[in-house]
Amino acid sequence: MPVYSDKVMDHFMHPRNVGEIADADGVGEVGNPVCGDMMSFYIKVKDDRLQDIKFKTFGCGAAIAVSSMVSEMAMGKTIEEAMKITPQSVADELEGLPKQKFHCSNLGAQALHKAIEDYLSKKQPVKQAGKSAKVTAAAKKTGPKTRTAAAKAMGGKE
Amino acid sequence: MRKVYLDNASTTSLLPEVREAMLPYLGELYGNPSCMHEWGDAAREGIENSREKLADLIDVDSEDLIFTASGTESNNFAIKGLAMAQQSKGKHIIVSAVEHFSVLNSAKTMEKWGYEVTVIPVDKFGVVDPDDVRKNLRKDTVLVSIIHASSEVGTIQPIRDIAKITRENNVVFHTDAVATVGTIPVSARDLGVDALSLAGNQFYGPKGSAALWVRKGIRIIPFLDGGVQEGGRRAGTENVPAIVGLGTAAEVAKANMGERATKLTTLRDRLLRELPSKIERAIVTGHPRNRLPGHASFCVEFIEGEAMIMLLSSQGVAVTSGSACTSRALKASHVLIAMGLTHAVAQGSLLLSLGIDNTGQDVDYVVEVLPPIVDRLRQMSPLYAKYLKKLKGV
Repeated sequence: MPVYSDKVMDHFMHPRNVGEIADADGVGEVGNPVCGDMMSFYIKVKDDRLQDIKFKTFGCGAAIAVSSMVSEMAMGKTIEEAMKITPQSVADELEGLPKQKFHCSNLGAQALHKAIEDYLSKKQPVKQAGKSAKVTAAAKKTGPKTRTAAAKAMGGKE
Repeated sequence: MRKVYLDNASTTSLLPEVREAMLPYLGELYGNPSCMHEWGDAAREGIENSREKLADLIDVDSEDLIFTASGTESNNFAIKGLAMAQQSKGKHIIVSAVEHFSVLNSAKTMEKWGYEVTVIPVDKFGVVDPDDVRKNLRKDTVLVSIIHASSEVGTIQPIRDIAKITRENNVVFHTDAVATVGTIPVSARDLGVDALSLAGNQFYGPKGSAALWVRKGIRIIPFLDGGVQEGGRRAGTENVPAIVGLGTAAEVAKANMGERATKLTTLRDRLLRELPSKIERAIVTGHPRNRLPGHASFCVEFIEGEAMIMLLSSQGVAVTSGSACTSRALKASHVLIAMGLTHAVAQGSLLLSLGIDNTGQDVDYVVEVLPPIVDRLRQMSPLYAKYLKKLKGV
């Protein structure tokens, strides 16, 4: 029995949006080689929408598939929508991830959110202060919620 | 698509003649070897013939062999049983840092029972220095266990030299020879050890066939209490077909060992030479020469092992890795870390283990398909991008 779903295999074998963006509006990097996975996300933002997303990933099959899926899920979305992507929603879109891979390899949403935060922090702070503060707050809110969802998934379904 | 099995360190195939030898015991010869009738006699004869053949392979008295169900069982039995039998003498055990989990975790269990465990380091090739064993011996040391060859990096240990030291100091010495028995000549007598583990599925015998040899006069506490099977040292109805298969595999291994090793070494040396010449920053792990004949292991920098395995598998090639992602425990191979490799490099671990059915064309194929796979994964790797930037001095 294969370890990974067909969807994971598809994204692993044919990853979407691999690469870097030289003049990215935001860059997010998570993980480290010690724990096995490392992801870098690059975004271009126009009119509050993710116009382009590229990623590079060092890691296992799941890590590569997760990165690819996140890039696809977020492409063209508004920043607010993209911030709502969670490890659980990524795993769901991938038709499930093996239990032991859920935490270590499922860092794509986090890397994307970091890239968005990077973009927001670079924007003119005065003009956009109100808005970016709001989105960042939303992002922070997603954090713990995400972990709870992940914990639930770990205990509940495979 | 070409199918190339290069994971013989995980398990070998079953030789057709081994399967043939087993079949009657899965059919009409179903008796319980403990029984005193025709059915029992036939089963018992199968087991005892097998014991002779296995004894012949490792140069021991057949009556000192205990059949078990796996190399893991043999190792557990040796560590726990030999240590517990000497409780009155002391509670100190020495193992190396490159042992199989069945030895390391058995030693950990003994710690819970009040034993102290010293883990001996290895050098960059994964070799134990016998002097380190000597230095760590204590008055209360009751057991030393050093692996004969690591199935992860293939390095063969100086077991004879270590045995001299343990004998001088009157300490029981066990070696986990699961990776070597049936593959290279192993004489327990010549090695000078007191106990030795082996497993049939490492040399074309069936899974579930294994043994522990314990030198006459050395006490061991049994795990399984019950009847007097295996001289009372391992109770329970014997797995007759598996034991018969093990004996046949041992017989064939002894007859063909030289020829097999010559063939495997030639193929192995091609892999060890050609892959690093085609893939930059791919390092050979383990000892360059003093290693198992069919064993080629590497660390490919900037990428991760599981991804390589999956892409190789999509091209019909079966290999394994010691990367964290491949292991269920999600930890990088303790063997590679003990050899001083960083976690990042150990993540790129790749192990190709050849078997008697592999050919030069198989090697050609792997040497052809692996470099583009590495390249593809490196194009995706942020670590490789950083490495390239560093090279350019950006």
